[in-house]
Amino acid sequence: MNKLIKSITLSMVLAISLTAALAGCGTKNETDTGSDISGSVTAVGSSALQPLAEKAAQMFMDKNKDANIQVQGGGSGTGLKQVSEGGADIGNSDVYAAEKLPEDKAKALVDHKVCVVGFATVVNPKIKVDNLTKQQLIDIFSGKITNWKDVGGDDMKVVIINRPSSSGTRATFKKYALDGAEEAEGKALTEDQSGTVKKAVAETDGAISYLALSYIDKSVKTLKYEGVEATVENITSGKYPIWSYEHMYTKGKPTGAVKAFIDYMTSSDFTSSISEMGYIPNSDMKISRDK
Amino acid sequence: MLKEKYKNSKLYYLEHELLGKYTVTFFGIFLIILTICLVTFIATKGLATFFNNHYSPIEFLFSTVWKPDRGVSKGGPAIGTLIFIVGSVSVSLLALIISTPLSVSIAIFMTEISPKLGKKLLQPAIEVFTGIPSVVYGWVGLSVLVPLIRANFGGLGFSLLAGSLVLSIMIFPTIASVSADAIRAISRDYYEASLSIGATRWQTIWKIILPSAMPGILTGVVLGLARAFGEALAVQMVLGNTIRIPHSIVDSTVNMTSIITMDMGNTAMGTVWNNALWSMALLLLIMSFLFIILIHKIGKKGVSK
Repeated sequence: MNKLIKSITLSMVLAISLTAALAGCGTKNETDTGSDISGSVTAVGSSALQPLAEKAAQMFMDKNKDANIQVQGGGSGTGLKQVSEGGADIGNSDVYAAEKLPEDKAKALVDHKVCVVGFATVVNPKIKVDNLTKQQLIDIFSGKITNWKDVGGDDMKVVIINRPSSSGTRATFKKYALDGAEEAEGKALTEDQSGTVKKAVAETDGAISYLALSYIDKSVKTLKYEGVEATVENITSGKYPIWSYEHMYTKGKPTGAVKAFIDYMTSSDFTSSISEMGYIPNSDMKISRDK
Repeated sequence: MLKEKYKNSKLYYLEHELLGKYTVTFFGIFLIILTICLVTFIATKGLATFFNNHYSPIEFLFSTVWKPDRGVSKGGPAIGTLIFIVGSVSVSLLALIISTPLSVSIAIFMTEISPKLGKKLLQPAIEVFTGIPSVVYGWVGLSVLVPLIRANFGGLGFSLLAGSLVLSIMIFPTIASVSADAIRAISRDYYEASLSIGATRWQTIWKIILPSAMPGILTGVVLGLARAFGEALAVQMVLGNTIRIPHSIVDSTVNMTSIITMDMGNTAMGTVWNNALWSMALLLLIMSFLFIILIHKIGKKGVSK
């Protein structure tokens, strides 16, 4: 009996210490403001920004051997929450912090706009329509127009493919393309991933959706918005309104490796990579937005 | 001499007795602690909707209005989850209806009709099915099943039917192998006694083997149901995720796991929206507890017979 108690006690101690060890595994950044940049940085959040942030981290670490940058996805909300609570050094987001977090928490965060990403209305390639006005787009997504013949196309049912209501892409599209109009609920299909959206649009007759420019290829057709094509030039000159900033949020002013990494992402060294990957560098933008 | 001394030493005892004992006890207790932590964590998160945000469980369970992004000025956020519950239940039950006859037939075939073929061919084939990751099922469903349903049954292809078909393939290995084990466990006396009083082979299977194996088969069915209920990725890819109650099997709909996986990453923790998702996770956990209890009940019934 005594032995049993002894073994249980010992096991309990082991179990608790292991749990504690696992819990303590989180990375802590040890920043050094010396000339050579060292320390570790975690950037969590937006999956739209993730490929670009990963590329930047890789290039940054090649230059600064002592630096360790970790980039994780998880979504804009997760990124904002993590950085707000100190779980990550950088929170990546497609939307302003104030739209996701309670006001007092959003105020403690510092916004760094690292680049711009544009979105386009995409349809199935069989659809003959080339252009939609804002009102037509609102009527389609709010369920008023249900057939393509009402906007000058063939007699074909409109199939709306939405992103989930929590998606940053959907929020951006709703805000800048639909003027905040409530989308039809119970009529649209919902797909979580940009890749699945693209596949569904390409294969479903009459399908309409929206995608970030970095995802668009030949399998889907992009529509003009109010007669304006979704191109980099039209976005930078302010003619085409459906775009958003990609934000990197820090809690308070960034220091050390965190500051160096964010500076690197917006530096001229990295500009060409931003364009290559389908995003738009801030320096190209001739206009700006506050909200 | 030295060896003898070592054998009586404390070190020997530690190495050959205590070490093993402590290791297994440690992991056993670790698992218990882990389970308690997990349940406590999900429960505290899931109950926050009701205790911190003061939503009524009745509204949460029985309202169909899901507008978690609606502003407070417009009367939001509304977090009725009935649509998701109906979606989960209907897609799982339909999957079960498709899968059970298939699985039980396969189990009978591989145990009674052709045990040799069953051991050599069917058993490995079923194991292949369990090894396929769910994203592959989803992708095949999206590429093959969805266009097929669209062409033959109408609708958009993304449908309750597509979801249940994908699920039925995913849960059939569970039901088939548990049922086969249950049938194999039946004493051969039953079989021989039945044949000796003049019953045919099929009569024996139908009247003797199946009823005696019923508790085991039901356990398999409940395990399959539990799996179907919790499966997220594959179903989400083919279900269409339209937030409405389906009116026919070619209508698209949405289930609890899909809405959780789609929204969890994009909602900040601590918000009403996020808490509502945790509450749904808690609901799924409670459901799986119920399934486990059911399995134990069925198992006990089988023993007492």
